[in-house]
Amino acid sequence: MSSSQKARQSPVDDLARWLDDRLRLAEGGRKYLHKAFPAHWSFLLGEIALFSLIVLFATGVFLALFYVPDHRLVVYDGPYVPLQGQEISAAYESTLRLSFEVRAGLLMRQIHHWAALVFVAAIVVHMLRVFFTGAFRRPRELNWVIGLALLLLAIVAGFTGYSLPDDLLSGTGLRIGYSVLLSVPFVGPLLGFIGLGGEYPGTDTLGRLYLMHVLIIPAGLVGLVTAHLVILMRQKHTQKPGGRARQHNVVGEPLFPNQVMTSLSLFAFTVAVLALLGGLFEINPLWLYGPYEPFEVFAPMQPDWYMGWLEGLMRLWPAWEWTMFGVTIPAIFLPGVVVPGVLFGLAFAWPWIDRRWIARDEREHHLLVRPRDNPLRTGIGVAGITFVALITLAGSNDVIASDLGMGLQTLTWWLRVLTVVLPPLAGWVAYRIAASLGTGGAEDADPASPGGDDEGDAAAPESLETGSDSPAGEGAARS
Amino acid sequence: MGSSEAPASRRAEEWRRQRERQDRAARIAAICFVVAIVAALALFVVYVTGGQTQLEGVLLAVAFGAVGAGLAVWVRRIIGPREVVEERYPMRSPQETRDEFEAAYHDALGEATTTGRRRFLLRLLGGAGASLGLALLVPFRSLGPTPQDEMFTTTWREGVRLADTEGREIQAADISPDEVITVFPADAIDDPSAQAILVGTREGQLEPDALPGATVEGMVCYSKICTHAGCPVGLYRAAAGELLCPCHQSTFDVHRAAAVVSGPAGRGLPQLPIGTDDEGYLIALGDFSEPVGPSFWNLTHDAPGT
Ligand code: FES
Repeated sequence: MSSSQKARQSPVDDLARWLDDRLRLAEGGRKYLHKAFPAHWSFLLGEIALFSLIVLFATGVFLALFYVPDHRLVVYDGPYVPLQGQEISAAYESTLRLSFEVRAGLLMRQIHHWAALVFVAAIVVHMLRVFFTGAFRRPRELNWVIGLALLLLAIVAGFTGYSLPDDLLSGTGLRIGYSVLLSVPFVGPLLGFIGLGGEYPGTDTLGRLYLMHVLIIPAGLVGLVTAHLVILMRQKHTQKPGGRARQHNVVGEPLFPNQVMTSLSLFAFTVAVLALLGGLFEINPLWLYGPYEPFEVFAPMQPDWYMGWLEGLMRLWPAWEWTMFGVTIPAIFLPGVVVPGVLFGLAFAWPWIDRRWIARDEREHHLLVRPRDNPLRTGIGVAGITFVALITLAGSNDVIASDLGMGLQTLTWWLRVLTVVLPPLAGWVAYRIAASLGTGGAEDADPASPGGDDEGDAAAPESLETGSDSPAGEGAARS
Repeated sequence: MGSSEAPASRRAEEWRRQRERQDRAARIAAICFVVAIVAALALFVVYVTGGQTQLEGVLLAVAFGAVGAGLAVWVRRIIGPREVVEERYPMRSPQETRDEFEAAYHDALGEATTTGRRRFLLRLLGGAGASLGLALLVPFRSLGPTPQDEMFTTTWREGVRLADTEGREIQAADISPDEVITVFPADAIDDPSAQAILVGTREGQLEPDALPGATVEGMVCYSKICTHAGCPVGLYRAAAGELLCPCHQSTFDVHRAAAVVSGPAGRGLPQLPIGTDDEGYLIALGDFSEPVGPSFWNLTHDAPGT
């Protein structure tokens, strides 16, 4: 960059030039200005998750400046009258101080909690979008797996987070988590002791949860989100067929300025909604719950929504406890460890299940399908949603029973029947509907895309023979 | 004459209308940003003058929402939709590139690729890695002790008095029928795994044959830790004689050894055998009838120490 060049002299230009002098950015950067972002509202769901995560980090840092992960007892002398003079843990005291004495502390705490709920929700809805449009298919299996790992981490982050205040509700959640760990045959008690530093309630519990919550899990989240985005950039976006969209191109808004401004706008809206929720809608009013005492409990108790499915499984599962050859399988082992493990295992394996048995298609796909284009996948997806919705509902069976004026036993019995009967039924209905709508979308496929590399699951079965190593038409697509 | 001028003037007209639309959009965006500025300054004032959660939340929301709206109007209405098309190639590298890479890789390895030697070294390296991995597990072992007797025993011993959560020792007369009270060993108040619930029942309600341990005048004592997932079994329905756990609604029959009536718990609540001492205070006659709390793999259904 010579100074003789005639150039406009704004500070931004100067900075850009300064950076390019040192990093040689212009060459590679130019093509990113015009990177294409297919425009559809459903492609923004993942961004909402990302923006919620940013809000979580920002508010979380603020909270961490005040929170003290300490079990030791102190006498409360803050402004909240009902607890004055009581001995409570330093951790609980610090959360109360944060809520009542630190300016904007309650706002930050509530935004943080709401953002956590929205974060997990956005991940789940984004995942459903990816599922029903077939966006997880080759070559995007990796990002499906990373996304699921992010969901798992988000749930663990939420659990460790609401266990920190050391109020009555958080302590109870922790107690259940510890019991689930304990139920693992052979190693359970050892795992539990290693986890808490001794028998429940442990001595180092809060410190460890805190470290997990503010260091280990966020590090994992940052790493996985980065990988998710890098892979996304490398593979480019999927797009809906139609218009100029083809298997071999990406059609959309340019990264700059359109997509950048759209994303900034969405970011601002996400923060706005979270601020409104955090400001106006009370969440987790932990001063009402009182300090955690292992012998105290209140009812009804509800965990955060994303734990509801686990809670529901534990409530619905029959009291099966066996002892075989001197080994007891505790009642919560199946609903607390095995079933969630199987569910997540199936979800992780889905891209491979899909290519082997559902779509029977191992080719590379960049065009999305509509749910109707693959009735079987849609049916299975709907069955899965129904199942998870029902067990989540069961997580509030006591509240629902009293709302309906129904006996708890009766309701639980009904929910058990429904979780077995309804998912296949709903899946079948979805399958029928999807099948009757027909795969009209398959014709949208790009006629120029060679070797049948375009969409259309109807043509899929033949592709089984081609094998994963020789996707038909790839060579031709390059020419 | 009109025939040649009409399209030109129509184009000019269209262009003028578009300008107007853009101007209008620009005004809307400007208003949005002004709103954001006002809300942000108001937030600043509210904060400095003492803060108020709801107001702060609303102002923060308005400020960010207005920025979002302004940007949205800007990009949608002023800049307008644009479409670019990017080429896309199959993710898999072309075959020649793969082959070239492979050749270069083997070239680079050079000497070390001599089959026998390389495999031998690789195996040893793998062995070193595995051993190191094993060795590095050791620090994790420091995180907690090995479970010993804690899982099987509690601090209850023969002769120790029952006390409530405040540490007051309890006499038989203190408990009336249909009353429940949380008790601890008098010398270990608040010990989480020793927590027990003392239930007063009416005459004849208890079924002594079903009970593994001793009771005192219709009073029976059970572990308060749910055998399902460890919540305190805190709710008592006196009419039915049922203890209810609020976590997943397991219910236990107080009259019949706290056996599970309904819910997901796999076994009944362990019983604490109780008696009275010379001064009339309630005492434990030993530890619980079996290990307390949620079940675990090597659980035994015997009283500790037998
Ligand atoms: S912990 Fe008592 S029912 Fe689950």
